[in-house]
Amino acid sequence: MGFGITMIREKVRVKSFKINDICVTGQSNQTILEVARDNNIEIPTMCYLEGLSCVGSCRMCIVEIKGSHEPTPACTAKIKEGMEVTTNSPQIEAARKMILSMMFSERSHVCSTCVANGDCELQNKSVELELEHSEVPYLNQRFEIDASHKNFVNDPNRCILCTRCIRVCDEIEGAHALDLAGRGLNMRIVHDMDEPWADSQSCTSCGKCVYVCPTGALYEKDISEEEVIKKRGIITELIKNRG
Amino acid sequence: MITSTAELQELASKKREDNEKNPREISPERSTPFYTKQRRIVLENEGLIDPDDIEDYIAHGGYMSLFKALDEMSPKEVIEEVKISALRGRGGGGYPTGLKWESVSKVQSLQKYIICNGDEGDPGAFMDRAVMESDPHRVLEGMAIAGYACGANKGYIYVRAEYPIAVEKLNRAIKQATKLGILGENIAHSGFNFTVEIRLGAGAFVCGEATALIASIEGNRGHPRQKPPHLSDHGLWGQPTVLNNVETLANITPIIKNGGAWFKAIGTESSSGTKVFALTGHIKNTGLVEVPMGTTLRELIFDIGGGATEGRKFKAIQSGGPSGGCIPEHLLDLQIDYESLKSAGSIMGSGGLIVIDDSSNMVEIARFFMDFCRSESCGKCTPCRVGTTELTLLLDKFIKKEATKKDFELLKEMCNMVKSTSLCGLGQTAPNPVLSTIRYFEDEYLAGIDTKCH
Repeated sequence: MGFGITMIREKVRVKSFKINDICVTGQSNQTILEVARDNNIEIPTMCYLEGLSCVGSCRMCIVEIKGSHEPTPACTAKIKEGMEVTTNSPQIEAARKMILSMMFSERSHVCSTCVANGDCELQNKSVELELEHSEVPYLNQRFEIDASHKNFVNDPNRCILCTRCIRVCDEIEGAHALDLAGRGLNMRIVHDMDEPWADSQSCTSCGKCVYVCPTGALYEKDISEEEVIKKRGIITELIKNRG
Repeated sequence: MITSTAELQELASKKREDNEKNPREISPERSTPFYTKQRRIVLENEGLIDPDDIEDYIAHGGYMSLFKALDEMSPKEVIEEVKISALRGRGGGGYPTGLKWESVSKVQSLQKYIICNGDEGDPGAFMDRAVMESDPHRVLEGMAIAGYACGANKGYIYVRAEYPIAVEKLNRAIKQATKLGILGENIAHSGFNFTVEIRLGAGAFVCGEATALIASIEGNRGHPRQKPPHLSDHGLWGQPTVLNNVETLANITPIIKNGGAWFKAIGTESSSGTKVFALTGHIKNTGLVEVPMGTTLRELIFDIGGGATEGRKFKAIQSGGPSGGCIPEHLLDLQIDYESLKSAGSIMGSGGLIVIDDSSNMVEIARFFMDFCRSESCGKCTPCRVGTTELTLLLDKFIKKEATKKDFELLKEMCNMVKSTSLCGLGQTAPNPVLSTIRYFEDEYLAGIDTKCH
């Protein structure tokens, strides 16, 4: 590392705890979500993607930990010996449904006219959580579509701000061509210094951002409704192959 | 250069003699009940010293505590003294400062940081501003003592750019203290180094939140992150960091000077010391008020503040800014401390107190704060980003008297959901003004429900 700084690695230990009253074990550097998935306990996620860093921003994966008064996102919480986690209490499920409603209500998510119809994580999640209608009023925001790139389109109207595209570009591709601009409801994904995608100097046109997008916000050109084929697992594959 | 306590005392007595020759005029207002009923510790020098002159601060006993700590006390003893004082964070959270310092001091690291949070963003709050503008050296001294106690040699003051005078005074203070050798390398031959830098906030309320503030200092987008890891393990640049509010650090100097037990004796059992409040709104005497914890709201509003404005009736008091709540008249005998305000559905917060008279509609007050949170939400997490907007729109319906009974249920449900699932303090406390006004002024919400059509 140089500078005389030595990295001290914490020793990995085995921890045992409970998820939904099922006894599970994991390594101390694992998160609740990872251990839950290892044990086939499903926790819905949105911004999480295996292989990318965890930001805990969508709040879909919130779980209750006994002794803590607020729900915690499972994707960022490290496991502790003896902790008792509940992933499916009525309160948690109601909160998740409302969060999902909010994702739908924020921008324009009209499945019938969307390229990702049928291969959309937002859509799948609503089926999974049995969300039949949005519980909160629609906000109907409108954003300009950026179709300047020769291969790809960025439609912020379908974006749920999971920031997977930003993370994959930064962490896997190493280009950091994407980032956020604006705040609150006006937040959106931009290229470089908010330039048209085609003018981005740092974009390598690798398409990783398009592959990991959970909705139809980023997609390949020349496709119509329901024609998108997302390759979200490709990043996980890539990381495994890289070792 | 000052290198010992004796030299510091010599400078102080010289300056005191000078001051006696040219006495400063003290405003006659200082003898009115507004001042005489206060107990000033944090604000003891406010208006009485020249903030541009380090010698004047030293003449009033300034930097004696730092030299005392460096000369006579070990870092452990300093932390012990702060622990005895039971000082709690004045930014609003109320976490014991001594414990915070202790946890950072215990972490082994080559580099640690002290950050002073001067990003006072609550509407109607101006306590930290007054401290930074009128007594900047007190903040520096508090930071240096914190640095000595925790083993940090670098301090950052994060001030919002909307406080240009505070920035100017602090910059001058840092320059003067560095020139005298009170900041810098090997302070008072103790081997302790401490330097301070100022960072300006660019106008985002969320940057008052610890993790967002750190992201902002690092030059990143001012976004909060999920805790843990806590700042004591992973703070600025990934190093152990103490983050204290301006007022908290301003309390350190008197604690070291007079001892922790002296401080503990002031205030209530659970909350020691004094608290500075910014009294504003529909009240006769507005301004900065410093009272011991345990003072009742009634004393604060009527004895010191002089009651509601002429011809108006007091209705409620809003404490804690956009994270706080409204306290109605029948709870005015409540003794101010962290726990009692919380049990009344509000919070201590950083110290903004807004008096509301009977001409105001409580739903509109709640909407004002919700709209503030909506425009200040950073947008990172879904519940806060979308929830604050949805709540503002729902409250609009009540104000226009177009709401339905279902809307009222949705309002309550959404408030609780945003409160429990948001990522950082901004979202977690944003629904408080709505929840507390529903608790005490439900009839004003019910009046907004349109019964004709439904």
